Amino acid sequence: MNRLLSRSVPMLCSAVPGLPAPCTTLTEDEKMLQSSVREFALQHVQPRVLKMDEAAKMDPVVIQEAFKAGLMGIETPADLQGSGMSFFGSILAIEQLARVDGATSVMIDVQNTLVNNIFFRYANAAQKAKYLPRLAQDTIGCFCLTEPSSGSDAFALKTRAEKKGDSYVLNGSKIFITNGGEANIFLVMATVDPSKGYKGITCFVVDSREQKGVSVGRLEHKLGIRASSTAELNFDNVVVPAENVISEVGKGYKIAIEILNEGRIGIASQMVGIAQGAMDATMPYLFQRKQFNTAIGDFQGMQFQYAQAAMEIHAARLMVYNAARKKDNGEAFVEDAAMAKLFASQVAERTASKCIEWMGGVGFTKEYHVERFYRDAKIGAIYEGTSNIQLHTLAKFVKDRYAQK
Amino acid sequence: MSLMYRPTAAQQMKVVVGVKRVVDYSVKIRVKDNKVQTDNVKMSVNPFCEIALEEAVRLKEKKIATEVIAVTVGVKKADDVLRTAMALGCDKAIHIVVPDAEAATLEPLAVAKVLAKLHEELKPDLWILGKQAVDGDFGSTPQLLAGLIDAPQGTFASEIAVADGKVKVTREIDAGRQVVELNLPAVVAADLRLNQPRFPNLQSIMKARKKPVDTRPIDKLGVDTKPHLATVKVEEPAARKAGIKVKTVEELFDKLRNEAKVL
Repeated sequence: MNRLLSRSVPMLCSAVPGLPAPCTTLTEDEKMLQSSVREFALQHVQPRVLKMDEAAKMDPVVIQEAFKAGLMGIETPADLQGSGMSFFGSILAIEQLARVDGATSVMIDVQNTLVNNIFFRYANAAQKAKYLPRLAQDTIGCFCLTEPSSGSDAFALKTRAEKKGDSYVLNGSKIFITNGGEANIFLVMATVDPSKGYKGITCFVVDSREQKGVSVGRLEHKLGIRASSTAELNFDNVVVPAENVISEVGKGYKIAIEILNEGRIGIASQMVGIAQGAMDATMPYLFQRKQFNTAIGDFQGMQFQYAQAAMEIHAARLMVYNAARKKDNGEAFVEDAAMAKLFASQVAERTASKCIEWMGGVGFTKEYHVERFYRDAKIGAIYEGTSNIQLHTLAKFVKDRYAQK
Repeated sequence: MSLMYRPTAAQQMKVVVGVKRVVDYSVKIRVKDNKVQTDNVKMSVNPFCEIALEEAVRLKEKKIATEVIAVTVGVKKADDVLRTAMALGCDKAIHIVVPDAEAATLEPLAVAKVLAKLHEELKPDLWILGKQAVDGDFGSTPQLLAGLIDAPQGTFASEIAVADGKVKVTREIDAGRQVVELNLPAVVAADLRLNQPRFPNLQSIMKARKKPVDTRPIDKLGVDTKPHLATVKVEEPAARKAGIKVKTVEELFDKLRNEAKVL
């Protein structure tokens, strides 16, 4: 594994020496990051969130402020203009953003856990030096894998990269690309040789300011995370120098699978944030609203439901934190990541749905925010690996532990 | 039009900011056995100290201040407020450590004496403190410090402007606003409307790790911090009673005189 640098992750000290700390323990820097991102979300995102959802457009001010706050290069080292924190830091940031807006959260999630991460792990020194500073300071990136005829069956992709001398010519279309509407840096999975099957798939970095032929087609009108751009991208005879191949020719499938395993933890964190945000928007109301002379939050039927919800959010959060810590520690985490994403997306959907019911009529209106969390939660079961794919992956892990070899 | 005080190589403008770690302003305070409960309660930088820090960092960004130092007088755990101060842009920090048992009885006069001792050592041009801490609400440390170091003070500051070796402080007073011009070194007490504090960006959180914190126990300073006040009682405010409607002026007069006893 090509690590960007071996950074010493801060030691988590427990109160009792020698005893591992609880997985909810955060370092001082992580606590500061968490409250800093929370302040950012409340100050810059919250006032714009209803408008962005209605217009289905990310406010450019939010993007600018995210770059200024260092949120677009959370793990990028300081000498490449980044914030120099760990993957866990990204996870914390994604959760705090999702508490306010799932769309802003996913924009930052894709930038950090997919785009930047591919450079950290697979790019050479020249590519890192060229692209990471821009991604940290002023340029949005996106990860281009899905096509109209290849979603879960990702490696049936058709985008073609034809070798011509020292370059490759890219032709094809991608759909459902998050950040596609605002990005200038594209990590494109294309095949150099369809006869080789998945072994022909290669990852190319395309910079639309250097390479011509990239165009944004339609932007999807969506149920949720509406302010996040979900774009059709067309690559029309895009000439890319050979030095823009990330890692090696034919390694694209490996890059995609491995990076999505990590990005999965980011999505799980987004889902935990959405569930938490829905609760935050709902619980105070339950003690302001009185019916039959009682605060509705004091009816036992309600109590049992919100206790259940709080428990599930806590469980989902622990799964996310632990998966992220395992990754930072260099331990195997694929199973943990799949479980975290599967569970967290279910919790987000259930919690947001219940929150609307608890709020009653006002929960059904836009101004109370809860209906937006409900709509935003649904994508968690779909993108970066559908829930069925997660179950399929997990079943293999479970079988391996029991089946006779 | 005032000339901006641009320090030459020979002139370094040093600003020291006092920072206090307090119970977070959003926490619901509970009182037990005449003591405010602070176990497992969220602690933060005092809001007025945040404003003081922001002002100092802005002076540095305008290239008026060349060095900003954060100081806290508090328990061992209070170093977290210094980390925040450095993440916001302070160059270094000093932590005067107070044993946990003493912290509850530490008074503004003791803190002012400690800061006055540091003044002899650091010789700053400007002290910026929050006007009051939201736990004790004494609102007197800046004034006591100014008195002890024989420096002019600009309290309840809603605006400050440094120029030509002086600081102009706009003070919010009952009659409106008053502007005073103070020779440096001076003590300024930040009020609510002085500025809107920033939150640290992620790069500066990481940079803060490398900045030095000078940690010293309070008893090594040779300052008399003996308390002179004893807390007799602490209780939560009385629960708000519902109001009543009166039918006549006579009834109103009767209630005001005999029940509320304000006439």
